[in-house]
Amino acid sequence: MSFASSSAVSRRRLLALGGVSLALAYFPRAASASTARDPRLVVIVLRGALDGLSAVAPIGDPDYAALRGSLALSPVGDKAALPLDGFFALHPAMPVFARLYKEGRGSVVHAVATSYRERSHFDGQDVLESGHPGPGYTESGWLNRAVFALQSAEPTRHRGLGVGAAAPLLMRGPAASLGWAPQFLPPAGEDLAQRVLDLYTHSDPALAAALRAGLDADKIATSGGLTGDMAKARGGMDQPNGMRQAAMGAARLLATPDGPRVAALAFDGWDTHANENGLLATRLSGLDGALEEFEKGLGEAWKETAIVAITEFGRTARVNGTGGSDHGTASVAFLAGGAVRGARVVADWPGLKSSQLYQGRDLAATQDLRAVAKGLLADQFGLSAQALAEKIFPDSAAVAPSRGLISG
Amino acid sequence: MAIGPDPRGALVALDRFGLGAKPGDLAAAAADPRGFLLEEMRRPNVGRLESASLVPSNVALQALFADQQEKRMERERNMASEAARVSMAWPGAATAAPGPAPPRGADGKQKPPEASIEQKLFRAEAMARFEKRARAQAGFVERLVAFWSNHFAVSVAKGQFVRVAAGPFEREAIRPHALGRFADMLAAVESHPAMLFYLDNQRSIGPASAAGRFAGKGLNENLAREILELHTLGVGGGYSQTDVNALARIVTGWSFAEAESEIGEPGGFVFKANWHEPGAPVLLGRAYPQKGRDQGAAALADIARHPATATHIATKLARHFVDDTAPKPIVDALTKTFRETDGDLSAVADTLIQSDLAWSEPFSKIRTPDEFLVATARATGVLPNDPGPYLNRLNAMGMPLWQPPGPNGYPDSVDAWASPEAMKLRLDVAWQIAQSLKDIGHPLSLLDTAAGLAASRETREAVSRAESRPQALAILLMSPEFQRR
Repeated sequence: MSFASSSAVSRRRLLALGGVSLALAYFPRAASASTARDPRLVVIVLRGALDGLSAVAPIGDPDYAALRGSLALSPVGDKAALPLDGFFALHPAMPVFARLYKEGRGSVVHAVATSYRERSHFDGQDVLESGHPGPGYTESGWLNRAVFALQSAEPTRHRGLGVGAAAPLLMRGPAASLGWAPQFLPPAGEDLAQRVLDLYTHSDPALAAALRAGLDADKIATSGGLTGDMAKARGGMDQPNGMRQAAMGAARLLATPDGPRVAALAFDGWDTHANENGLLATRLSGLDGALEEFEKGLGEAWKETAIVAITEFGRTARVNGTGGSDHGTASVAFLAGGAVRGARVVADWPGLKSSQLYQGRDLAATQDLRAVAKGLLADQFGLSAQALAEKIFPDSAAVAPSRGLISG
Repeated sequence: MAIGPDPRGALVALDRFGLGAKPGDLAAAAADPRGFLLEEMRRPNVGRLESASLVPSNVALQALFADQQEKRMERERNMASEAARVSMAWPGAATAAPGPAPPRGADGKQKPPEASIEQKLFRAEAMARFEKRARAQAGFVERLVAFWSNHFAVSVAKGQFVRVAAGPFEREAIRPHALGRFADMLAAVESHPAMLFYLDNQRSIGPASAAGRFAGKGLNENLAREILELHTLGVGGGYSQTDVNALARIVTGWSFAEAESEIGEPGGFVFKANWHEPGAPVLLGRAYPQKGRDQGAAALADIARHPATATHIATKLARHFVDDTAPKPIVDALTKTFRETDGDLSAVADTLIQSDLAWSEPFSKIRTPDEFLVATARATGVLPNDPGPYLNRLNAMGMPLWQPPGPNGYPDSVDAWASPEAMKLRLDVAWQIAQSLKDIGHPLSLLDTAAGLAASRETREAVSRAESRPQALAILLMSPEFQRR
């Protein structure tokens, strides 16, 4: 049997490529480690539409409590919301973010939405991730195109990471990127992996190179192993364990000197049509845990990192008949990381009176999420307004980047 | 004509064109590998999939509509009682919000939630499809079905509607035509509720139609754009945005009947005449003066036989079955047959397997996750009673069933399926499968089943030196002989 890949790559050369750095040998090594800044950007997509009014509650708004009924957060009691700035309070499931906020390393953008104004998750996520003004574009994501733009200026330094068995649309596109997925299955042991690698080395070098790179990336991402509860319970991407694992692995890869600098993750399960109070607490504690893992795992790189968590749209302002909320419009974006200018909620608050709600039912959008993303890309990586308005977020010249979200 | 047994030909028949060997298949195919494939193609209704566990799309959708209606009513009841209960007193409201109590059994224990109607229907479709693929003679026709199903991709990520309709869509719009005429498949696909919903055509209203003038709503070009870009002419196939807009106008009114529809049977196709844009749009230089649904039928028939469509389809077939580069002699031969036979897909498939190049090229492609799982079931003879593990493994390897990343379907390149993370995940899946299989006999005889004499000395040694039976099986499943096609 013959295989197309039985090329002239000698076994010796393959062995010489061995070792942990091969995961990253897919990318050219960074030219210099002494550059002044080495920023990181992590984008977490919260799939299903996060309820911004419960994640970061406008408890100072006189209409809030009555409007939200059983979904309203309370400033007192055993599940009291965590105060942020007097007007807004944070969901009690997010103590880590509350601390980051106080330390000036966390901020919130409120009443923010993409340009999409309908109510399909599918199309909403495509708009959120593609960076196009409307649905129908699934070839590439804005984060990948941003990496692509950076690579054309400085090919050796900027690489993307897509987390998940299939990379989020955000990270698909023209720029080659590293992939890594947290473990859902019991992993094949090292001995088996080595035997398969040996076999490939002899008979299929292309598969050998790919498998070795995949194993090496996984080794970095899971180095130190999983501890405590995480080692026992492996969660999906809608469970706190799964979110933590994804963040832990991504953090380790981002912290590697010649590793990726930009990462895309996606957490599921935010579509809280029923029993929202319990579900949302679980999901938000997962997001909070993920932020903690990033802070721990990034080490020194944390100082230059910005993480942003975004969602396709918000939820209805009023509670529905099943203790949940339905598809809405504006929501929140969370920003965290050592590079973030924190301790503030960035909002042009639209109000919650019926006449102020979008179509009489949703929190109205007063900021464009593309402005937030463009601001982060401009401040972290110095991407030009023109590149941002044409290539990265097509047809968005009218949406000015929100500057100043990054400190410095 | 084969002279004496042809072991390599048997491998090509079963791996490149089929879904992998079951016990005895290699020997059976070696006598006449091409004949082995032709014999499968000529079996009556070989592509069809019918089973007592499956229902047509309109029945499935009616069940979904009824379920949604019931949930709506329950919600309204709850809304009314919640309004009566919830005190607006601040700040006590947040803690006083018990949702509806989960159902409890007679013993007071919480019952596991029953699978939703869309889950039940989806799982039945998945199981039937998996069994059909695992038991097919060579699996060539099933590979063609999967090719066309991916060419006309729909995604269950769109929502419950597609989750319920995706399986019936493949059985109703793809399978009957996989060895029929391309034009018939195209007509069936673009009028199927699953595709109409997936690409939003039920929301597209002719601006000058009766409904458009009344409601002030307009066109949705999604379906029209994908018909031209993905389903027929292809990118660079010589159409413009004006053509997209013209086709969108032409297919206004192509929709499906909702639960309360006044026309048509709920869950079935309807043509909504009062949504249809009046006029005779010009598409690709030709005016379509027909009225009503006939206008769209005429337009689809014309673009089905457009030369760009023939080249587009031929290129995709060559890339899928032979090599990522889509070897030109094969593309040319397929294009010629497509055009000469007016898109007879049986003749096109025949041309593909008559191509000498398709039998001599090295095995450069890698099995997709789905093909890998099906080939494993065929080689081991182990089929699950439940689709759960199959669906979970597809998810784990990044190929969730009927859920490609976009309307362009799952990728069809070695880079996509043999990427570093994909290979690592595949290894974990191989290990999980190997641990789950009992009584599969000697691993080396399994290697004979799957690869026969073509198994390399290295693979044979690696399998026989494994420290345990599961490890041997995992190595076999990961071997180039089992992964490449």
